[in-house]
Amino acid sequence: MDAPVAATGTIRQHLIDPEICIRCNTCEATCPVGAITHDDRNYVVHVDKCSKEGACIAPCPTGAIDNWRIVPAAQAYTVEQQLAWDVLPPELSHDQLAAAGVPEAVIDLVAPAAEPAAATSPAAGAVPLDAAHFSSLLPPWSAAHAYTNLYGPKAPTTATVTGNFRVTDAGFENDTHHVVLDFGTMPFPVLEGQSVGIVPPGTDAAGRPHRARQYSVASPRNGERPGYNNVSLTVKRVTADHTGQAVRGVCSNYVCDLKVGDRVQVIGPFGSSFLMPNHPRSNIVMICTGTGSAPMRAMTEWRRRLRQGGKFEGGKLMLFFGARTREELPYFGPLMSLPKDFIDINLAFSRTAGQPKRYVQDLMRERATDLAELLRQPDTFVYVCGLRAMEEGVLLALRDAATSGGLAWEPLAAAMRAEGRLHLETY
Amino acid sequence: MSTIDYSDKIPNNVNLSQDRALQRALEHWQPNYLAWWRDMGPEGSQDFDVYLRTAVSVDPQGWAQFGYVKMPDYRWGIFLNPGDADRRIHFGDHLGEPAWQDVPGEHRANLRRIIVTQGDTEPASVEQQRHLGLTAPSQYDLRNLFQVNVEEGRHLWAMVYLLHRYFGRDGREEAEALLERRSGDRDNPRILGAFNEKTPDWLSFFMFTYFTDRDGKFQLCALAESGFDPLARTTKFMLTEEAHHMFVGESGVSRVIQRTCEVMKQLGTDDPAKLRAAGVVDLPTIQRYLNFHFSVTIDLFGADQSSNAAIFYSSGLKGRFEEGKRGDDHLLKQDTYKVLELDGGRLVEKEVPMLNALNEVLRDDYIKDSVGGVNRWNKVIEKAGLPFRLSVPHKAFHRRIGALAGTRIAPDGRVVGDAEWNARVHEWLPSDEDRAFVASLMGRVVEPGRFANWIAPPATGINRQPVDFEYVRFA
Repeated sequence: MDAPVAATGTIRQHLIDPEICIRCNTCEATCPVGAITHDDRNYVVHVDKCSKEGACIAPCPTGAIDNWRIVPAAQAYTVEQQLAWDVLPPELSHDQLAAAGVPEAVIDLVAPAAEPAAATSPAAGAVPLDAAHFSSLLPPWSAAHAYTNLYGPKAPTTATVTGNFRVTDAGFENDTHHVVLDFGTMPFPVLEGQSVGIVPPGTDAAGRPHRARQYSVASPRNGERPGYNNVSLTVKRVTADHTGQAVRGVCSNYVCDLKVGDRVQVIGPFGSSFLMPNHPRSNIVMICTGTGSAPMRAMTEWRRRLRQGGKFEGGKLMLFFGARTREELPYFGPLMSLPKDFIDINLAFSRTAGQPKRYVQDLMRERATDLAELLRQPDTFVYVCGLRAMEEGVLLALRDAATSGGLAWEPLAAAMRAEGRLHLETY
Repeated sequence: MSTIDYSDKIPNNVNLSQDRALQRALEHWQPNYLAWWRDMGPEGSQDFDVYLRTAVSVDPQGWAQFGYVKMPDYRWGIFLNPGDADRRIHFGDHLGEPAWQDVPGEHRANLRRIIVTQGDTEPASVEQQRHLGLTAPSQYDLRNLFQVNVEEGRHLWAMVYLLHRYFGRDGREEAEALLERRSGDRDNPRILGAFNEKTPDWLSFFMFTYFTDRDGKFQLCALAESGFDPLARTTKFMLTEEAHHMFVGESGVSRVIQRTCEVMKQLGTDDPAKLRAAGVVDLPTIQRYLNFHFSVTIDLFGADQSSNAAIFYSSGLKGRFEEGKRGDDHLLKQDTYKVLELDGGRLVEKEVPMLNALNEVLRDDYIKDSVGGVNRWNKVIEKAGLPFRLSVPHKAFHRRIGALAGTRIAPDGRVVGDAEWNARVHEWLPSDEDRAFVASLMGRVVEPGRFANWIAPPATGINRQPVDFEYVRFA
């Protein structure tokens, strides 16, 4: 699974978080290749012995086992280094990877993504339903060419805020904004599915400038307003961290509070595989939660504009969209006004009072017959974007839909991955 | 063999359907077990859908399957680690002989006693914890409590299988008695002292799962070395489940400490009264709880000199912790070990034959292991930049079993008189006021992602789910 990465001299190293590990010895007892060892202080993984089969992942009672770092192969952490740790080292930054000679294109694939993900570890390498195992590293064959990294952290460009409005109902905890940025005369070509980085002003507690946070663009390639050099972003105000502790997300609050006319430092664009197909009769299956809807809105809107202009021939759009409640679903209003014969919309609400909880995977199971029919076609492209927690359920539902339609899942998934037809982006 | 047959009434990987008599006996015991679970299992929680881990096989991929289950529907069953046909006894007088697949007649009574004693702790802890669900600090913690409970229940099944399979009528009677004793019952108590103590609040629960379930780990590790192969195989699998219980304890106490440190920093105080007023447990109180649970738990290892321990070892029934990794002769007839005793008002070390001191050997291994976690708790305090440090008390402190029973020893190991003991015991062990205060913090918090004020959220969720995942769906 790491082949394209390994080829360029980086590895995805398996590590154990010493702050979470309770030294119960389960991993060492479980590891089929004897890659785990310990001293009085830490349990550690021998990088050369670890086969990344993941036999140790599920039995770990703490989740400490499920940590991964992209490192240049020559700089892998040794057993001795790991034994001395009190905390896991941070992910290598874009600049550190670049300094170690890792090509930009690879960093783009491996570097930590959007805001909430920055604090967490990437997915497990070898558990059977890991996104990295399924997600394409290549775009669809008919994708437009994506420009990437036109502006880096050292030389951001400036955009002007031309719109900022809330897209979830007021009075609810979830505060999601639709923010429009205009680049004026500066080139900033983006495609649906790409993301941009926003650099919040000021410095962090240690006096360092804040690092950029990435947001998927929610607008199509010809601009939020057709013919203008602008993009829109879908940004949820972060008020709690992954653990539920109150925390003010530095960048999301900055973006949500922007006023029309404010100037913003922007880097990017990023991403060269999560891109839409452009050939006639290509189908798009979109599965998302919350602000994971941004790239789906972009793709849907581009197809809508093409259709409106009479420029697009067929191709089905099928959307599975999950939120806690109707009121917290971004773009609920505009979505509902789309014609039924243009897009097949399935909404799942997990917290509607008096209703049983429904998740996107529940809907996918209900629609398994239609989903299988699409999966059968070589012109179908699947996109998943949203919180990490949805990943496994969605993959299982896809598998079950395929199986119920008489399709063998493993070969299908492998083919879709190879053909740039299955894309997952979770955080 | 490693795949569990869930088509049977009793899930198992021991070909239960091939042994009609045993199957009937266990199917007869099963309703009594379920009746016990309904009477003494988690109170008022039987209809909840709980996100639990269930084993579907004993290999790594199979033993951690997660899904929503109502606790009485949990698939309790009989799971043994795969056997090794060539396994040999690796300690004691039978060293080098093939491991026993049946109970040798001469060791029958001792083996039954070992199994009953271990088995008795499993339902006991479920009984001790049965009211805790009513005061859970979060859904996440509630789920962890229930996971611990159902796995203790499964551990009872593991021991009852051995009793039924290998001990005939005696075994069946012992299996019934395991469902009849009650934790803390004056007339028919559980066998071991610590399992008759109350687990009245969540701090006690976390301390219990850290310290007392770790005793379980060491006992299971010692039994996993046993020359009686079915016992070794079943305890090996139980150890994987036990790891989760210790995780609940270690991370639970750690999160209590973390929250206290946050409030200490916010308020800029270490004054217990102010911290209590702010609704968190002050660190000295945590230290007193630690002292209590540590001292009560190390008593579980038994008398420091014990001829039973020597017999269990020499006859190949119960090894030492990591027996297979030790480099000595595994007979220990020539070896000695130092135990503590009180001599003329001083604690002195006395050299005794190691065989007789094997309880002490296991206790010392246990102490070393427990200290590691306490040091990790200290890291949380250190990280907050606070000077306080927790420590385990001296092993002679507050003992009720062995040569040190009833002695007056301070946590720092000083021998003290009754006067000093009585004057300072409230600095060393939780007082009624301490317990009342901790009890006063206990209120039910069950909204997903919310946590009681006195405890920090965990670093990660269960099974890579988010912390605000709905771990329990209420009826």
